Amino acid sequence: MISVRGLTKRFGTNTVLDGIDLDIADGERIAIIGPSGTGKSTLLRCLNFLDRPDEGVIRIGDLEVDAARATKAQILALRRRTAFVFQSYALFTNRTARQNITEALTVVQRMPRAEAEARADAILRETGLTDKADAYPAALSGGQQQRVGIGRAMALNAQLMLFDEPTSALDPEWVGEVLDLMRRVAERRQTMLIVTHEMQFAREIADRVIFMDGGRFVEQGPPGQIFQAPHDNRTRDFLRRVLPVAP
Amino acid sequence: MRGLDLDYMLGLVPVILGYVPLTLFMAVAAMTCALLLALLMAVERVVRVPVLDLFVRLFISFFRGTPLLVQLFLFYYRLPQVVPVLTQINGVTAAIMGLTLHFAAYMAESIRAAITGVDRSQWEAARSIGMTQGQMMRRIILPQAARIATPTLLNYFIDMIKSTSLAFTLGVTEMMGATQKEAAGSFLYFEAFLVVAVIYWIMVEALSQLQGRLETRLGRAYVR
Repeated sequence: MISVRGLTKRFGTNTVLDGIDLDIADGERIAIIGPSGTGKSTLLRCLNFLDRPDEGVIRIGDLEVDAARATKAQILALRRRTAFVFQSYALFTNRTARQNITEALTVVQRMPRAEAEARADAILRETGLTDKADAYPAALSGGQQQRVGIGRAMALNAQLMLFDEPTSALDPEWVGEVLDLMRRVAERRQTMLIVTHEMQFAREIADRVIFMDGGRFVEQGPPGQIFQAPHDNRTRDFLRRVLPVAP
Repeated sequence: MRGLDLDYMLGLVPVILGYVPLTLFMAVAAMTCALLLALLMAVERVVRVPVLDLFVRLFISFFRGTPLLVQLFLFYYRLPQVVPVLTQINGVTAAIMGLTLHFAAYMAESIRAAITGVDRSQWEAARSIGMTQGQMMRRIILPQAARIATPTLLNYFIDMIKSTSLAFTLGVTEMMGATQKEAAGSFLYFEAFLVVAVIYWIMVEALSQLQGRLETRLGRAYVR
């Protein structure tokens, strides 16, 4: 069980997150949609303190972190319970595909090398990258890099996986393979919070869709309701603009 | 105008080559110490430890702001009185210390710039998997910064090799000092200094060859 209360983030006088409340059940898959610049990515980045929230309480299992007085140890603990998939992949450029996956396991989790490598190889098989295990990120396509990025996050067995527009930086030809991999992650009932512009994908795999605008949750519900019968005008306007056929 | 005394020059080559080990020893010793010190100062400048930051900035400011020769004299003439253990300080030790501190100040700034030049995504990815500041620096940031800083640092090493010649002003008979002595005996100053110049040049050229190989090695993760 994960809960967020009153999460607030300001950049100067601009309030980007305005008191977000969110409860996530174990195994729940949530898609966050909404116009650009409405705080979707900031919400994800505040959940693991890549951006430090100004106010709010984040609870993951027995760990409770109050943003106003979070200690270094609490922030590390929070990060070790979450895994992050970046829009720009953010693979370690000085590490091979396999090393990108083992790095957190051996260095952060202090797992024995053999065990970490066995897990990395299993994940490389699952992501279809066994033959790229020893390749450096510079030698991989965007789609392959993002699959390694997701693999790195999968290996952590985190209580919550955060996806920050994982397909937005990809050439169209690579989007499919990345979404396929995310679908497989979702099928295992991994708890996921996904910021995405892939509406069809959100509709297909999410248990709940949240529409965000102006740093707040405007509307949330099962994908069928949000996409077919949105209550709020802003949701309707947004969907009309992004969906090929108006709801 | 007379011609060059080539026989004299050829005869001088082995004499000066005999001092190459001392020159290299001073350069390598000072470079090693300077790299360590510069790395510590660079990381401090990025992380900004209160109070310590003030000292580091003052250190860098002083050692970049005054001539190396003046620093060497300060070490040689004053340090024995300030630090009693160093009453036995000789020219070589003073030169190594002076070169270390002087070059560390410059290299600290290069390394700091290289660290801040590592892409933001690398810092964020390291933080996102729960690395501590130390793990992030050691495993991800510094190895990448090393690649960025290497050409500049090798440049400093080249400068360091040539700057060891200043040790002769502290009475050290290294390549420059030996040349000076030989020339004083033969009065063939131009020939003598031409020989030593060529030997320095060849040493630096050899190092430049290594530089290419080192850069290829460090860049092997970045080949598409």
